[in-house]
Amino acid sequence: MAKKKFVVGCFDDEAVLFPAVKKVRTAGYKIHDVYTPFAVHGLDHAMGLRETSLHTAGFIYGITGTTTAVSAISWIFTKDWPLNIGGKPHFALPAWIPIMFELTVLFAAVGMVLTFCYLCQLAPFVKKHHFHARATDDLFVMVIECTDKTNTDDLQAFLSSNGALETKVEVAEDGWWLGRYDKDEMPFEEKQIVAA
Amino acid sequence: MHLKYESQLREPLVYGDKTYKQVTEDIVRPIEAKPTKLWYVGFYIAVALLMFGVYSVYREVTYGIGQWNLNKTVGWGWDITNFVWWVGIGHAGTLISAILLLFRQGWRTGVNRAAEAMTIFAVMCAGQFPIFHMGRVWMAFFVLPYPNSRGPLWVNFNSPLLWDVFAISTYFTVSLLFWYSGLIPDFATVRDRAFTKLRKRLYGIASFGWTGSTKHWQRHESLSLVLAGLSTPLVLSVHTIVSFDFATSVIPGWHTTIFPPYFVAGAIFSGFAMVQTLMIMVRKVFAMEDYVTIGHIEAMNKVIVLTGSIVGIAYLTELFMGWYSQNKYEGYTFWYSRAYLFSPYGWSYWGMMACNVLSPQIFWFRKMRRNIFVTFFMSIIVNIGMWFERFVIIVTSLYRDYLPSSWSVYYSPTIWEIGFYAGTFGLFFTCFFLFAKYFPVIAIAEIKYVLKTTGEGYKNQMTKIEDQKLEEFVHEHAHH
Repeated sequence: MAKKKFVVGCFDDEAVLFPAVKKVRTAGYKIHDVYTPFAVHGLDHAMGLRETSLHTAGFIYGITGTTTAVSAISWIFTKDWPLNIGGKPHFALPAWIPIMFELTVLFAAVGMVLTFCYLCQLAPFVKKHHFHARATDDLFVMVIECTDKTNTDDLQAFLSSNGALETKVEVAEDGWWLGRYDKDEMPFEEKQIVAA
Repeated sequence: MHLKYESQLREPLVYGDKTYKQVTEDIVRPIEAKPTKLWYVGFYIAVALLMFGVYSVYREVTYGIGQWNLNKTVGWGWDITNFVWWVGIGHAGTLISAILLLFRQGWRTGVNRAAEAMTIFAVMCAGQFPIFHMGRVWMAFFVLPYPNSRGPLWVNFNSPLLWDVFAISTYFTVSLLFWYSGLIPDFATVRDRAFTKLRKRLYGIASFGWTGSTKHWQRHESLSLVLAGLSTPLVLSVHTIVSFDFATSVIPGWHTTIFPPYFVAGAIFSGFAMVQTLMIMVRKVFAMEDYVTIGHIEAMNKVIVLTGSIVGIAYLTELFMGWYSQNKYEGYTFWYSRAYLFSPYGWSYWGMMACNVLSPQIFWFRKMRRNIFVTFFMSIIVNIGMWFERFVIIVTSLYRDYLPSSWSVYYSPTIWEIGFYAGTFGLFFTCFFLFAKYFPVIAIAEIKYVLKTTGEGYKNQMTKIEDQKLEEFVHEHAHH
């Protein structure tokens, strides 16, 4: 892990943010991320992010659950311990549908949430660099990654001319680490890397 | 830019001319302020009830199930009544957060967080009853299917009681995940504006390091939508399976095919009533009338009158079938044990009818739907009625079975049975008071998302758009 240099522009209105995102991208800058207080619909497309495949993962977890239920119950009731329940068939599929359904939902939900946390690197005690404290309150914070050719003054002026209320340059760690939010420790080396 | 337009004819979901910052401030205020005296009083009453419940359960565990007045004939009494009652209440949260999300009902945003919390606490309360009803509660893990040294003796996968184990535990887990994944961004909001070290640290842990990245929001949206899609059939399945506990038996009054829809409607009915009870208190105590508006309360009252009427039709259908089947046991159960006012439990049937079917009909009147006091009073009446419903179903079907010599004497609970029930109220309200103090009771991020379409201040600006000519409108809003 190492630090990178970023230019940060803060906006207070989605209506200003969208054209700004478009202009910054057309100008050839690389948007590291836009931090928003709520899900702004269409922003992912404006930034050129691809669709998430999380729902596909959910489907796979779901059918894993169904398969687990049907294979486990049929093995138990026909092979491991065939119990005579009122003379009914050992392979009683209709009676297993409730449990098959419940396990489908359980596996899909638990699997998806864990995958979501893994992909977004979310867990208790995880800490990340926050470019602006109001990004979870009322500001839309656009963060642009600098290359060795980036003129930060020009970029800041460019962001301001596109409606940014506040701009700044920050050198920051872009990964995550284990830390406490009431303390400012940074357990990583101070080496800074610059994208080509 | 995406067009945000909603007709002026729709009531705003957020009153006042609010900014995003204002929304954060309003909702986070109770977390940052010291709790009021009223909060302490309520909290201590809840804890006291919980302690009484713990003692009642201690009696039951120590001296056995004989501490309750159950007998051979009435084998299910208050315990299973309370179980079904709490599980039913636990249905509104997921209904509001999942089904109303899929139906694109904007008003869910004001109440979904608290309703989901209520769901989780209600299911926690519900779970206590079947577990302690087992008697030897230290053997409770026997209900889990795992390879064991008793054979291995597996559980009966064909039994509705086991389906219940799976349904309730899945429901609890999925509701908890759904609730918590929605809470993560809001915890981050509290964390980032925290001014005390402890709060920063604890909300830092609880927020899982959430930053608000666009990619994360995109995944979050996808996750919420799929969890909603999964929870929708789940919430229907849970009470369906609870109804199977009864419907698959051969007890008159229980083995009817209308039980699943009838139970689900009843669950939504009582769940919404509990949401009303809680939200009316929360909006008053925390001054959140701008977010949980009269419009929200009216919408929930519409659901109450609808589901209450569905339940009423189910009662009448049962009575009709009791006669039409010409089965003397069915006829006896429905027309003597239940509907005959002067039979031993006739009072409970007519109490149920009055509370669940007759009184909610006042919500056909708009004035009543929008009256806070009427709504609060009715929300409690409905939950009393729904408790009677479960009591009627369980006890009136059991106390006089096929063989008159085994008919039971009049079943009434002991103090420890009542104590256990009171204890779950204690548990529920202890959790709810803590939730109301330490958690954002309204989904902050979701309110911000709908603010510019449904906020009063923004809606007023829509007049401009409504007066525009088509060409002007297209010119301004078409994608360039």
